[in-house]
Amino acid sequence: MDFRVTEDQAALREGIRSFCEGRIPFDTIVESAERPLDPGLWTDLAELGVFSLRETEAEGGLGFGLAEAVLVFAELARHLVPGPVLWSALTAGLVPEVAEGKRVVTGLDQTREAAGPILVEHFEASDTLIVLESESIRRIERSDLAGRPIETPLDPLTPLHQLSALPPGKSIGDGEASRRLVREGTLLAAAMQLGLSEASLEHATRYALEREQFDRPIGSFQAIKHILADMLVRKEQAKAAVYAAAATADGRGVSDVERMISTAKLMAGEAAHKNARNCVQVYGGMGYVWEMPPHFLLKRSFVLENVFGTMDEHADRIAETLAS
Amino acid sequence: MDLRYSESDQHFRSDLRAWLAEAVAAHGPGPSRHDWDARRAYDTSWQRKLFEAGYAGINWPKEYGGRGASLMEELVYYEELSRARAPNVAMNFVGVRHGGPTLIAEGTDEQKAAHLPRILRGEEVWCQGFSEPTAGSDLAALRTSAVLDGDHYVVNGQKIWTSFAHCADYCELLVRTGTDSKHRGISWLVMPMDLEGIEIRPLPTLLGESDFSEMFLEDVRIPVGNRVGKENDGWRVTNVTLSFERGTAWAADVIQLQRMLEGIAELAQSIERQGASAWDDQALRREIGHLSAEVESVWSMVKLQVSELAQSGVPGLGGSVIKLAFTELNQRIFELGTRLLGRAGLARDPVEGLADLGLVDRYLSTLSLTIAAGSSQIQRNIISERMLGMPKEPRVR
Repeated sequence: MDFRVTEDQAALREGIRSFCEGRIPFDTIVESAERPLDPGLWTDLAELGVFSLRETEAEGGLGFGLAEAVLVFAELARHLVPGPVLWSALTAGLVPEVAEGKRVVTGLDQTREAAGPILVEHFEASDTLIVLESESIRRIERSDLAGRPIETPLDPLTPLHQLSALPPGKSIGDGEASRRLVREGTLLAAAMQLGLSEASLEHATRYALEREQFDRPIGSFQAIKHILADMLVRKEQAKAAVYAAAATADGRGVSDVERMISTAKLMAGEAAHKNARNCVQVYGGMGYVWEMPPHFLLKRSFVLENVFGTMDEHADRIAETLAS
Repeated sequence: MDLRYSESDQHFRSDLRAWLAEAVAAHGPGPSRHDWDARRAYDTSWQRKLFEAGYAGINWPKEYGGRGASLMEELVYYEELSRARAPNVAMNFVGVRHGGPTLIAEGTDEQKAAHLPRILRGEEVWCQGFSEPTAGSDLAALRTSAVLDGDHYVVNGQKIWTSFAHCADYCELLVRTGTDSKHRGISWLVMPMDLEGIEIRPLPTLLGESDFSEMFLEDVRIPVGNRVGKENDGWRVTNVTLSFERGTAWAADVIQLQRMLEGIAELAQSIERQGASAWDDQALRREIGHLSAEVESVWSMVKLQVSELAQSGVPGLGGSVIKLAFTELNQRIFELGTRLLGRAGLARDPVEGLADLGLVDRYLSTLSLTIAAGSSQIQRNIISERMLGMPKEPRVR
């Protein structure tokens, strides 16, 4: 058993990190809020291989496993990458032109609940909508959809559109294919939550060392230290859970895959939310201000909580596995 | 990122499992908590059996009679012992996990020869004389004094939280041999428990009668040859023991915890509530599902830490993270268990008509987990200072 990240995996992660630090540093994130998705960024992400990670090399992809995918997506989310990266990466194998970055795909998971308002992320930036249902995968072109934009989405970087109806579209996969995408989508969303939880810790740590009050860094006060320590523990638990789920899904585990994936989504979701909430607190007055990181991290955590199963839904699933 | 065990680890597992199946059944259930003689016999004879089967001192080097197991084998070892519901290390704990490893790292050949084989065979029981009423979290503030008189130290002072003091043959004793420096005035002694001047007073805890005692030491004469390491170097020696800790300390407990949760889930299904069962309460199920996810991820943290340690050879600070997460989780699980029992939880003894998981007593005993072996508050200080680079706590003097 060697559960560590390998050297190659660490190099991959570092590559994504460098790209993000150079291409989407935080001040560009603030600027890109409430602006259309930058097509140049999308092309760059495609060139980086973000959308073709899971396709085999024969198919022109990078042939990576989920272990690599979670590392990549954690980094992307850590830097608050805008756009429907998760849905596009998830469906690149099923929809042509997505891997090259020429077609932008967004999605809806209707395997859990089909009732209620139909709210789609990144609708205007997307060309195609993929809908996951219990027994099929449906593909619907944006031109066939009607709705209205939500003027003020919670996450300024995740525009929302409310659709009036969902036409049938074209079936491009069966129940099994849909379930596979739900599994992978859940894991990638968990990875993104992990990235958010790490970003919150990083930002809060730096702030606590820099910000001075009462003639000393606020990080020298035990109350702040203990908040940060709890954030670290949460993040480490989430990390272990996400990595374990990825390894298991790649066939290198010892437990039930579904259970591990639910564990990852639950733990990472909780870490993302609580760490972002703590990040706001550690920043004090500056945590309440638009132009600083904390609220972006917090709001993105809500977006990811509401895709591929909430913490409560996953807790319920895990409980079911304990019932005799 | 591979969680699978190697073939050789799996062979180790299957051999151990086969042995445990017979050995655990043959050893039988433990005696009454109040029967100290029977408990010593039970615990030490189990240690003897482990020794004869080649499983004693799982992480002790082979040259000292241990198994010399790899980290992965050690994890497998704890997994299998838990699965088999094997007897706990109990009275053998200080000798096998603490005192023995300290002698291995810092003892003279004479000290090693005198104690190590006997510890492994269950012929010696050790206790720990570290904490004092005025030295808990601040252990280095200890005051029990040791004054040189010829070739003996004359020891005076008081210790607290000494487990199994009245059953022990030896005590690993921290004493003050120097007053010029706090940390560099401490020495590590092996104290035979049959010496004159040792008074043992049982220390009841919130559980009632306990395994703990206070020890009063009045002019106890300990040979200088019983000192481990140099005079005034005892603090370093103590920390060396901690570095023996290989990230597996909590492994056994973590595995047990998942099993306890399953037991609680089963119990909930048998408890009648409002015409249905307690398990029909979605809030309860959800809480249990959440706790199960937490246990699973702590187990993954242990594996990640062990993997990293196996490669680097250097124990990281992950131990603090795991200890903090695990102990608080442990408390929440048994608190839920106690809540589940409702009025039946007012009884610490089994109540007729309900399966007895000892949940209430387990809950009470978990209250110590966030206090002992570095309180949660100390762990948070350690994590924020040593892992996140926060300024250290200001010293008062």
